[in-house]
Amino acid sequence: MKKELLLGDEAIAQGAIDGGLSGIYAYPGTPSTEIMEYVQGSTQAIEKNIHRQWSANEKTAMESAIGMSYAGKRTMVCFKHVGLNVAADPFINASITGVNGGLVVVSADDPSMHSSQNEQDSRFYAKFAMIPILEPSNQQEAYDMAYTAFELSERLNVPVMIRITTRMAHSRSGVATKPAKSENGLQLPNNPRQFVLLPAIARKNYKLLLGNQANMEAISEESSFNQYFDAPNKKLGIIATGISYNYLMECYPERNCPHPILKISHYPLPRKKVEQIYHDCDQILVLEDGYPIIEEMLKGYINTTKPIKGRLDLTIPRDGELDPNIVAKALGIKTEEGTPMPEEVKQRPPALCQGCGHRDVYEDLNEAMVEYGAGRVFADIGCYTLGALAPFNAINSCVDMGASITMAKGAADAGLIPAVAVIGDSTFTHSGMTGLLDAVIENTPITVIISDNSTTGMTGGQHSAATGRIEQICTGLGVDPKHIRVMIPLKKNHEENVAIMKEEIAYQGVSVIIPRRECIQTFARRKRTEKKEN
Amino acid sequence: MKTDIILAGVGGQGILSIAAVIGHAAVSKNLYLKQSEVHGMSQRGGDVQSHLRISDKQIASDLIPLGSADLILSVEPMEALRYLPYLSGQGTVVTNLTPFNNINDYPSIDDLNKRIKQLPHSIALDADAIAKQAGNARASNIVMLGAASPYIHISFESLEDGIRQLFGKKGTEVVEVNLQALRAGRAYTEAYQK
Repeated sequence: MKKELLLGDEAIAQGAIDGGLSGIYAYPGTPSTEIMEYVQGSTQAIEKNIHRQWSANEKTAMESAIGMSYAGKRTMVCFKHVGLNVAADPFINASITGVNGGLVVVSADDPSMHSSQNEQDSRFYAKFAMIPILEPSNQQEAYDMAYTAFELSERLNVPVMIRITTRMAHSRSGVATKPAKSENGLQLPNNPRQFVLLPAIARKNYKLLLGNQANMEAISEESSFNQYFDAPNKKLGIIATGISYNYLMECYPERNCPHPILKISHYPLPRKKVEQIYHDCDQILVLEDGYPIIEEMLKGYINTTKPIKGRLDLTIPRDGELDPNIVAKALGIKTEEGTPMPEEVKQRPPALCQGCGHRDVYEDLNEAMVEYGAGRVFADIGCYTLGALAPFNAINSCVDMGASITMAKGAADAGLIPAVAVIGDSTFTHSGMTGLLDAVIENTPITVIISDNSTTGMTGGQHSAATGRIEQICTGLGVDPKHIRVMIPLKKNHEENVAIMKEEIAYQGVSVIIPRRECIQTFARRKRTEKKEN
Repeated sequence: MKTDIILAGVGGQGILSIAAVIGHAAVSKNLYLKQSEVHGMSQRGGDVQSHLRISDKQIASDLIPLGSADLILSVEPMEALRYLPYLSGQGTVVTNLTPFNNINDYPSIDDLNKRIKQLPHSIALDADAIAKQAGNARASNIVMLGAASPYIHISFESLEDGIRQLFGKKGTEVVEVNLQALRAGRAYTEAYQK
């Protein structure tokens, strides 16, 4: 049987395509970006005309997916864990509306924060919404889950979450694919009020959701993704979720773990299986690549249970991702270690590319801000976040998408004037526009620098919703056109750009400065493609 | 049989192409494979690594445990040393000697060479020079793959087929240059072993 070498992300994308997908909605975010990119590049998806455009942000993506589900078709929405924060309002309410066409939400978490602000665990959200989670332990499972998740969603009338972590998303392995299913046809919901969450209707829907929980549990109990492996040594029972099952198996290459194992890849927790392992064993070790969610559920707050070992008692480090060494240590298995890293090896922190426009922006801004001192520049998520590091040391905040503008406003409201925001073009249309509107309404004296490289850069150069629209958006929001200044961030323009920045920073009202120069990476790629075509 | 390989380098140096060639070869031999990647550093000058695991049995962890790697294959000398905690006692380091110096405190090349020579099993070569001779300096990553190939326990012919698969779309000339690079790398190690 021919297997394809697919990343976890790609396996999910292919599974969805084969599972009858009609549309996929997403905003770029590591480690989820490759799911949409795979669909965009898939011949199958192109032939089927599967809808596959990037959305302005995760909330619009989630809502569009709900709309497609309303119309009867199967749809998937993908983001990284913090992207789910942005999508949370429609996400939670989608479990109250229920679905029509199957709706699958893929959330890709980043334990150890390889490229994120935090390591929050998306399983909380699914528990909050009271919907099932599928958490694959390998790439084949990731494919199989995406292949069957639409049916599960339609059967239970709720969205279904697929939850992965970085090491699954960005790891490649052989996957056997299945025959492609056909898409659903266009069909309105049977109940025309299903999606109208007026309180009277929402209350009824909510009772249905609550009543459905037992059904979800029963399906979990029967799911082939959850497996109980009995074994003779009951001194310890091990519960392993998702990818942590792999690390556990790495400790027992002959597949001869002496302790019972409960592999969990389908939530809600299969209650009977959990009761069995708890009943049979003296103590339980819980392995989760994320927060100690199951561990806490089982443990009890006031020490009323058998010993439950995991992150909370530091058998496993409280934070960070799991790996085979951490799991071996937790099991008391002795492992080899190579020699320590020699002192000659130095850090190579990521830096802005040589020739990047953001470099010029920061050099200009630093000079313009000299007279005011440090601590007044608010930024957020993008390549430009690297301006926090040497040699620029130019920015003082990075909290979440769009927060540059709103934090600058809040700081100015407190009296910190001038306050400057640095935001990227894609982040601006993602969630900067509403903050700018707030500032315009109050004429808050902030300077917003929209560093426009006409791309979503940090995630690999995806299309930016802002391209060609920024000035119009700003005037549309009410920014005085006299205080919208466009510039080209190049060394030869340094003096002129610094002078413009100084002017606008001194201005006691809303200013928008747009340093515009195409990202050198997308520029280079574009030139290479053009050269090939000619 | 199993081979656990850590591929190391700086973003943009082509370690994922090395992984792709080995991947094609492994699939063609019906071997199991897991390969984990780091995304996003390629543009930004950061260190990149890939854990590549080949086996005739099912593979569990995507990550190689500490002290288990059979091979560290590095296209950059300082990066070769970064993953020593993963190298097994019997493991080999195969590294390019051309430094990628994009930081303020890059160590002296003499210190790096000293460290590399101290390793129990290592092969160090100027892959950039060998690649240039083979026809293109940018094929230095493929030279490194050739140099490491005796330690990869997969037939050399299947690696050559992997080259053909990976570079086929770019035309016969590109395929030929990369095949030359692969063979030149292997020749270096075979001569060294004698």
